Amino acid sequence: MATMIQAIRLALHVGETRLGVTDIFGEDVGAPLGGVFTGTQGLETAWNTPLDERGIVGTAIGLALAGQRPVAEIQFCDYAFNTIDLLKLAGNTYWSSGGDWNVPMVLMTPVGAGIRGSIYHSHSFDATATRIPGWKIVMPSNPRDAYGLMLSAIVDPNPVMFLMPKALLRLKGKPSDLLPGEPEDDKQLASMIDAPLGDRSAWKPRWPDVQELYIPIGESRIARPGSRVTVLTYGRNVPMAVAAADELAAEGIDTEVLDLRSLHPYDWPAIAASVRKTNRVLCVNEDTEVTNFGEHLIRRIVEELFYELHAPPRLVAGAHLPGIGLADALEMASVPQKDGIKTAIRELAAHEP
Amino acid sequence: MSTSSRPTTHPVSVSAPPRLAAETCLQIYDLMLRARVLEERLITMYKQGDGFFWIGGPGEEAFNVPLGLLVDKGRGVDHDFLHLHYRSAATLLAMGADPVDALRQMKNVASDPYSKGRNFAGHFSVREWNIVPVTSPIEVQYSIAIGTARAQRKAKGITVVQGGDAGTAEGDFATCMVWASRKGAELPVLMIVTNNRYGISTPYAGQHGYEQISDRGKAFGIQTAVIDGNDPEASYAALKQAIAYVRNEKRPFLLEAMVSRLRGHSSASGANLVKDEIDCVARFEERLIERQILTRAEIDRRRETYTNELAEAAKHVRTEAQPTPESAFDYIFAERNLVGEDN
Repeated sequence: MATMIQAIRLALHVGETRLGVTDIFGEDVGAPLGGVFTGTQGLETAWNTPLDERGIVGTAIGLALAGQRPVAEIQFCDYAFNTIDLLKLAGNTYWSSGGDWNVPMVLMTPVGAGIRGSIYHSHSFDATATRIPGWKIVMPSNPRDAYGLMLSAIVDPNPVMFLMPKALLRLKGKPSDLLPGEPEDDKQLASMIDAPLGDRSAWKPRWPDVQELYIPIGESRIARPGSRVTVLTYGRNVPMAVAAADELAAEGIDTEVLDLRSLHPYDWPAIAASVRKTNRVLCVNEDTEVTNFGEHLIRRIVEELFYELHAPPRLVAGAHLPGIGLADALEMASVPQKDGIKTAIRELAAHEP
Repeated sequence: MSTSSRPTTHPVSVSAPPRLAAETCLQIYDLMLRARVLEERLITMYKQGDGFFWIGGPGEEAFNVPLGLLVDKGRGVDHDFLHLHYRSAATLLAMGADPVDALRQMKNVASDPYSKGRNFAGHFSVREWNIVPVTSPIEVQYSIAIGTARAQRKAKGITVVQGGDAGTAEGDFATCMVWASRKGAELPVLMIVTNNRYGISTPYAGQHGYEQISDRGKAFGIQTAVIDGNDPEASYAALKQAIAYVRNEKRPFLLEAMVSRLRGHSSASGANLVKDEIDCVARFEERLIERQILTRAEIDRRRETYTNELAEAAKHVRTEAQPTPESAFDYIFAERNLVGEDN
């Protein structure tokens, strides 16, 4: 089974060999490293940029305007904040030019906590990203979705931000989620596409004949069906919420976990259907809680589904702190953990109007 | 064209420019005059309430017209990409743009072809001619230009990027030099700085410790030149040489043109005539009269004709429809890859 980072690499391979991707680039993205998370190892069109995030985003915009298909990486989203005016430009160019120029670029960047990454390798970007109109924003929670969302991002004529939950990048998918054409033996896959340690100057990947699989942007997935409480989440918090829900099943609480997969556009019909079914909703994400994407979802749920609700909607999100501290206890106290999610679900389930 | 390292507080003529043929002079002058009259009309529209804001390039015509005449106009990587700024109307006119379209953008009517009533005057966008959208954030075009230039490493076209002197303090200017000059990965980009010696109200010396902006290019091994951008013949010669260098060598070139800012930064500072700056149109007129290419009477007649034409056009533009409120929601996401169809 491919890990999420292997699935991303396979999608980029499909992109550059079959879907017209011309440039995959960022800091340490090309040989010999192939990305600090190995996402771009062995790719033909991968190249190293100067250590300059504004240059990376600007180059991606320019390549896109010139009719190329760029996939750019910001090594950690923590370092994307100095590019926000360029991200705004990528998002508003089609609109401001009255439909003259579209900007077909993909920007991928690892996000979130969970690796004890301290203050500048733990940032979330979903609240910021959803504040930049004109972008499509996706965030997978498993290798298969990562593969299918990356392929959809590559062929989309608009700027697409691909947020990579860094705590999940090295986790393998379920056997039932094998990518089409992927070898069943994960050791075999690793021997084919993972660069060896040490000298890799003579190494070449042997790509499996993976087939195209498109996860449509804007379409959510029910990660765990349930009837009593709805959890709206994405990325790293999906497996966490599913685990919380599985444990609560023993207490007789049947929880539905909706993996949004796309933050913009987001799957409102699926959200509304789930809330109508359970009448209780919890939003979970890691970004800081003030002006949080979950707050937007709650606002819309309250406005449009108020009389469906049997309990006040809840948000479990990152604390509104200036940073995520390195020490174990500090990180755990700063972003949602399974126990906190369980407590919130339990309280929602028990609440009667 | 030669490089200069002497302190410059006023436009200088670095070397005696070669004389252009009378026909070329006339073509350049006519476009300079049309561009000047256009800017005057835009300012009048602003002052009459037919627009919310004016910004433009009176004082840059002698440089911007030759630029528009010398680029390889077209669509896709085999033609030149232009990353201009909001003082580039003369370049647009020299490339063949209809001045009435600039009035439409000023009046923010739905027929504004550059932004459909969404953006300020001078914020051009013409995909048909590789003119990428002009942005209000200063200097971002220098980071974006890297991308089009990279796409053109094996193409016939080059990338031209232009901005003012104050904006070079932004990191994007250094970004462009870093990325364009990497050994073995040099980019075909002509970096232009039109130096009017001001950033809104801040004088040149208030933000630059170096004598000329182009001196910074030398640290990157980039060819540089400083020219008198108030002289259309000097500008034409320098641009022709710089464009040929970038096209043939596939390497960057940094060209600094000393220009005037005849109406201040924008309407925010009144857009009134600044008296102590060289007026490139008036100066060129004197030269053309001296060479007996034009008479004062012919000049006056042309100016009057163009002024009347645009006054009439402005009246008509005033009657054109404003964008509807619903149209604010158009063009958020593209359904088709328009730019992918260009090559």
